[in-house]
Amino acid sequence: MLELKDRPAEQIVPVVPLERSTAHEKLVIFAWSGDLDKVWPTLILATTAAASGMATTVFFTFWGLFPLVREERRMTGANWMQKMLSVMNRGGIGHMKLSKMQMFGAGSGMMKILAKQHRVASPAELLASAIELGVKLIPCQMTMDMMGLTKADLIDGIEDPAGAMTAMLDAKDAVTLFI
Amino acid sequence: MKEAVMASIVEELHQLDVKGLQCPMPIVKTAKAMKALASGDVIEVIATDPGSVKDFAAWSKATGNDLLESTAVDGVFRFVLRKR
Repeated sequence: MLELKDRPAEQIVPVVPLERSTAHEKLVIFAWSGDLDKVWPTLILATTAAASGMATTVFFTFWGLFPLVREERRMTGANWMQKMLSVMNRGGIGHMKLSKMQMFGAGSGMMKILAKQHRVASPAELLASAIELGVKLIPCQMTMDMMGLTKADLIDGIEDPAGAMTAMLDAKDAVTLFI
Repeated sequence: MKEAVMASIVEELHQLDVKGLQCPMPIVKTAKAMKALASGDVIEVIATDPGSVKDFAAWSKATGNDLLESTAVDGVFRFVLRKR
């Protein structure tokens, strides 16, 4: 690595003395969608914000809750409607579908291959990074009750379930996104 | 005297190789590596993601960690950062 220093640099990018930006120190994302092509950017933005020192919260609601379900959970819910929902809309970070070009699974499969080829971090890897970087991942209590998801159905490392007000308090002086 | 010798040993250059990794992992891994460093420590990051040139400048601005050097040689980008 060090010998790179001694090599002539083709291009020297000017290093501008930078003043620290302090406009916003918080990011809150309301993750409503469970689509692969929305959860992926959500996790990229959340990890990047946390890496830049922003206090970052992601509030997972409605379809957005399913990526937080443990991968191995095949069926969740107490009654037939909740059970059917979980079978038709399988939870887990590795089981998300594209909102377009899904092609009965071929689309998201190809997208995963392309991501691997280009060494783009997978949603699972980004989710683990988010937890490691201290991103607050809050599951929506109301959606959990309605869709029959329990705390035991969800992955470790996330916050206790809460309501909209908890996320809104974080959002008061934050950059907010609804994805 | 003894302290001066100690200081020169401690003043090693930390290194991080994120070659091949795409956005946002170079930044995410650098932020993680930075956590283990003390204030004033210097780290050299080697990346191949062309987007990282702008991203490291922005990250420096966002976090207040100094970007001391940003160079490119044969598609390999080298950043030297000092922890705030």
